[in-house]
Order: sequence, then C-alpha cells, then structure tokens
Amino acid sequence: MKELMLGNQAVAQGLYQAGCRVVSSYPGTPSTEITEFASTYPEIYTEWAPNEKVAYEAAMGASIAGARAFCAMKHVGLNVAADPLFTTAYTGVGGGMVAAVADDPGMHSSQNEQDSRRYAVAAKLPMLEPADSQECADFTEAAFRLSEEYDTPVLLRLSTRVSHSQSLVETKERREPPLKPYQKDPGKYVMMPANAKKRRVVVEGRMAALEKLAETGPFNRVEPGSDRSIGVITAGICYQYVREAMPDAPILKLGLLNPLPVKMILDFAETVDEVIVAEELDPVIESHCAAIGVPVRGKELFGAIGELSQNLVRRELTGREPEEGFRYPGELPARPPILCPGCPHRGLFYTLHRLGVTVFGDIGCYTLGSLPPLSAMDVTLCMGASVSGLHGYLKARPKEAGKAVGVIGDSTFVHSGITGLIDTVYNKGLSTVIILDNSITGMTGHQENPTTGRDIHRRPAPQLSIEGVCRAVGVEKVLIADPGDLSAMEAAVREALAWEGPAVVIARRPCALLKGVKRLPPVRVEESACIGCRACMRIGCPAVSFGGGKAHIDETLCVGCGLCVGLCPKNAIEEEDTK
Amino acid sequence: MTKSIIIAGVGGQGTLLASKLLGSLLLSQGYDVKVSEVHGMAQRGGSVVTYVRYGEKVASPIIDRGEADILVAFELLEAARWLPWLRRDGVLIANTQEILPMPVITGAASYPEDIPEKLRQICAGPILVDALAPAEAAGSAKAVNVVLMGILSTVLGMPEEAWLAALEGQLRPDLVEMNKRAFYAGRHIAGAAPCPPSMES
Repeated sequence: MKELMLGNQAVAQGLYQAGCRVVSSYPGTPSTEITEFASTYPEIYTEWAPNEKVAYEAAMGASIAGARAFCAMKHVGLNVAADPLFTTAYTGVGGGMVAAVADDPGMHSSQNEQDSRRYAVAAKLPMLEPADSQECADFTEAAFRLSEEYDTPVLLRLSTRVSHSQSLVETKERREPPLKPYQKDPGKYVMMPANAKKRRVVVEGRMAALEKLAETGPFNRVEPGSDRSIGVITAGICYQYVREAMPDAPILKLGLLNPLPVKMILDFAETVDEVIVAEELDPVIESHCAAIGVPVRGKELFGAIGELSQNLVRRELTGREPEEGFRYPGELPARPPILCPGCPHRGLFYTLHRLGVTVFGDIGCYTLGSLPPLSAMDVTLCMGASVSGLHGYLKARPKEAGKAVGVIGDSTFVHSGITGLIDTVYNKGLSTVIILDNSITGMTGHQENPTTGRDIHRRPAPQLSIEGVCRAVGVEKVLIADPGDLSAMEAAVREALAWEGPAVVIARRPCALLKGVKRLPPVRVEESACIGCRACMRIGCPAVSFGGGKAHIDETLCVGCGLCVGLCPKNAIEEEDTK
Repeated sequence: MTKSIIIAGVGGQGTLLASKLLGSLLLSQGYDVKVSEVHGMAQRGGSVVTYVRYGEKVASPIIDRGEADILVAFELLEAARWLPWLRRDGVLIANTQEILPMPVITGAASYPEDIPEKLRQICAGPILVDALAPAEAAGSAKAVNVVLMGILSTVLGMPEEAWLAALEGQLRPDLVEMNKRAFYAGRHIAGAAPCPPSMES
C-alpha cells in the first residue's frame, strides 16, 4: 500500500524496515520529525539526548554493541557531532550505523546555510542523498546494508524540501537482523596513535572500494533524454526541479554523494553537447567534474546562495522566462514570526529592553526577542554561545559587568550552556546568565529534555535541576523569578547584575502552548479610561493593537496572561474576575 | 499535467491541516501527490505557505511564481502577498479576515485598506469571503480552514463523498460533525459567490 509521507516520516519508516534498534538524537529543524516518528515504533528504542555529540556517540555505542543504530540532526548539529564523526570513520562499525543530517538551503529555520556534503568529504564517509520520500525510506534501509558491508558509518543527507515534503511511499515489513556478537577488538575501537595509524590505511582502502560502488552501484543512474544538447548532473531535491523543467534532457541522478563517480560522469559527458551541474549551496559536484577534466557550468548559472527551483532551472537552461503571475500594486507590510500571545519570554525581554543592557542571545524561540518592539538582543551565534560569548565580552570589557547579560533556554543550556558556565566560574567571570526555563524545547515543536522530567514518550524521567546544576558548578547567586511578574523579574535581574561574581537568574514559566497551561479569559480595554499612550504596545503582543486613538485587545488571540495589565498607567485594561 | 494549489495564511490558522486534508483527498482520487510544508522559525505567527501539487506524476514539491492554479489565502494580506504565485488564469479564494502583523501593531507600517478592491481589479472573479463568521456559526473560529476547503471543493470538482471521507480520516472523531458543518457552510457561500473561471482538468 502506498502512503503519503513526509520525507522525515519516510526515514523513520526506513529505520523500521531496516531493523534499526537504537535511535538517539537532539531535535533541530528540519530533522526533528525523524526521531519523533521513530519513537512511535515499539521495536525501536528512541531517546532525546542533550546534544548531537552525545546522540552520535550513544548511537555509535549501540552500533559497537552490534545493533543497527541511528541518529538525526540538523546541519549545524553536525558541527557539534563532528568530533566523534571523524574518528568513527577510522573505527568503522559493529551493527550498521547511519546518521541523518538535514541541511537548510534558504535558511528557513537556521542561522547559516552550510553544506554538509563537505563533512562527508572531510571525514571520508559515504553519503547518500534521497530526492523524495520513497527514496528517504529506501536509502535509509540501504544505508544500513552499506554501513555493514563496508564497515563504516553512513551519512544520509536531507534538505528542508525533502524532509518537509510529503510524497508517496510503498511501505515494507520490518526485517530485524540478529544482534551481531560483540568482540573485544582494541585495534579497531581504541583510537590511540598506534591503532589509528593502521585504521588510517583501512579508511583509504574503503574509499577506494566505495569509488567502485559509485560507478556501478544502485544509487547513481542515468535517465536518458531525447534532447542531447544539455545533460544535467544533479542530486536530491534539485533532481526534481531539473526533471520538471527539462523533461527531455538526459540526467545523471546521483544518490551517492561521496565518493562521486568518475567514469560514469566521463561517459555521461560523452553523450551530450554540454554538461550542467544543478546543485544547491557549494559547488561540490561541479568541483569534482572540473578535477576529473569534465567542463561543466553550474554556479555561474544558479549561484551559491539559497534554493533552486524549477523556474530558475528552466530560465537558465532554456532561456524561457517563467510564466508571469499577477503583480500586486503597492507595498505590503511584512509578517515576521513573533513570540506567541502569553509567551513567557515576552516579560523577560521587555525587562531587558527597559534596563537597556547588552544581551548575548542564543538559539530558540527567544531569538525572536531581537525583533521590535522588544529589540533586546545584541548577538546570537550558535547553541550555548550566549554564556561563553558573554564571558569573553566581559573579560575584554570588565566595566560592562552589570550592564550585560546572557540569555539561554532550558534545553539549550543543557545542550552546551553548562560548559560555558563552568568556564565563567572557573575563570572568575562576572556574567549574569538568564536561563529561560519554559519546561520544554519550544522552537522545534515541544520536545522533552532532561529538565522537563519526561522522556521522549512523555513518561516520567529523572528531572535535571537547573538551579542544582548552577550551584554545583559554583555559581553562588542563583535567583528564580516569574517573567509574568514584571516587577519581580526586574528585581531579580537587577540583583544579579549588582552581584560581584557569576550570577544566574532562572526565568521560570511554562510555554503558553503547553497542554495543561491554563488559558485565562481575555483581558479587555475600558475605552473611556484609555488615554492612547501606547504603553501596552511596548511588549509586542500580537493581541494588542491600536486604532482610533485607543488600544484594542483581540479576544480571539489573548490568552489572559495579564502582562499588559500592569503597564497601563490608567488601569484601563481589566482582567475578568475569575474568582 | 500537474496542478498546483497554494494554501497561504498566518501561523496558527490551520493551513497544515487543510493541506493534509487536500493531500488525502487527492490521493483517494488516484493522483500522484506532493505536499510541501514549512516548519520551525517560519511559523510562530509569521506568514506561512503550503504547496499542494497533483497529477499523473509530480516532480517538484514546490510552486514557483506564476505557477499556482488556485491560491487559497486564509487572510487578506497574505492573499495580496502570495498573489504573484497565481497564474494569470488561476482562481483566487481569499478569506477577508484581517490579522495584523507586528509592524502594523507597532505602527511601523499600516495595513492596506484597499486590498479587496485591488484584488478585484487585478484578477477575474476572485472569491473574497468572510470565512470567520460561518466558522464561528459552525462551532469554532478554528474551522476557518475547513470553511475555505468547502469553497475550494466547488472549484476543484472532486466528489463530495471523497471530501467527507478525507475530513473523517484527518480529524479527531469528536470534531468531525462541527467541521462538516463548516465544510457545507463553505460550499453554500461558494454557491452564492460570483462564478469563477472554471478549472480545466
């Protein structure tokens, strides 16, 4: 039977079919749903790990134990997991080991646009790239066979459009290979120099064997075409754009992205007048073609930034301008993403805006605190950099202590904020770190984490105490405040800023979208009392608007959090009596 | 020939459910289907879009400018924003509900007042309707998405029973009756609206 499946769901289906036993991941758009769907199969052990390095290592441990194992991450997550990644190319695997990495060309939900194919080349690991949901399932299954046959971890490269598009998948039954026997083998698994030097040779031999597979294997194929003036080499989602834009062109569709074939490309080039490479981001295939002496064009047509599309491919390769759509006459206001009504982060960022402090931010919903009218963020780099970045900033500008804070979410703190805090304490830093504890990993769509007290199946789990961790690493000043109580929040931040040493403020209030968080009746504006001062507009709540000289509350959006109530100098905003 | 439908709206309006509904409907009618969604930072009350494509064999899951046969906009400003994606002979279905974006709320920009007027000038026979009132009448403001699917059902021309089956397949059992009312409210409105240029299949 064929089912309509998200690419990510199809990867999970592939895990099921392949008999995968252990999955450990950290959530990250656009990869998150793979692990969520995998967790619905009772046959697969799944977990959320604190970060991608831990997840990759946990999966690798399961592989060494003889099980088929997997982990999924977004492209920047692979930076975190890069340390074990490179060395596992040397050790090889026990049971099959597959890691999915989802790139985000166009940066729909990411801080950069890095191309993960470079990792496969640098780490000397085979990489497969599916082009639709069916291939997501098939390639995932095949990746485990490849991993065991060649004794290597295999990377599965996805992209936003493959991960988050639904297409038809023919599902199959699960075939679970028996757990491979574990045998102590330090020469293979203990990577100290004497052993690693021997395994280094194995890596090169394996890549040579994989190069043969690239020429003959099932992953790369030529689709003949009737018009031989242009032949296109492409892979992944770009294949779909080319197939649609150039129905008569011969296509060399690559499924194995590392190593790339040589003879296959030379042969393909022989059959067409001109070879074009259609790939997003870096010229990986294009550079390879140039290196083997096949003249191609690619980046000069499509550029290196953002996504391709069928229109772009058609225009560049046929000169046909796309069908013109309607043009809307006039300027339209943008609609940027915003913090939700009732979001606990709003109270904190309002406070930071009022205090005028420098804010080192981090990765999560709360990065939206940088947008107007809150505008309370100066720097955001990557997971954990709020804590460590602020520490360095204050080492360079010690006089700014008391005027700068770091802001990090609960899940991000566990991911990689703790080590930064240890650096701060150990090296006698002066930081004020604010941990936004909203009881969930919010941005990626509500995943549990070690601080929530529940596991991936929402069953009770040991709960990591954030305040306990902070005290344990040596922070003497640890305060807890409710960001829904503006005066208490401001008092706590002021107290922490005044403290001569590292201080932590835990801004604790659950995400407004969590089940179990009570939605209160909407507040209302008493029009006769409203003087139109716009004080209530400063919190950037989508439920509060202004028109005809008065503030208005949209009662379909308002969740009754009451943050705006205390801002009104005339007490014109009324909460419904809930007693 | 591949047909393309864009569902555009504001994060939280239920565009994803609408696209799921449409996907399962088209699948039940024997088409190859691709549905492309947006997750993560792109939601959170921001402008969101879902692409639905169907035909004998669909390659690309995305819809480019000038390619959509139908644009279903859940909000007026989003109708204007996504209009360039509609083919010149395409059909526009737009909810006239206005949801203010943050730059309007802060006063940095204003919400254009003449969108319906301009839409009528530009496209032939756009279906501009208030889907909020019939959704509320059916039982929930959240059913705006299904009211709009009811309107779409009159343009798409798939069997009514297939739509009902898709509704039953995609919704929690306790929500089915209310959403059926919303669906028929949409069909009723469409019957009263000026007839759009019909879809060639």
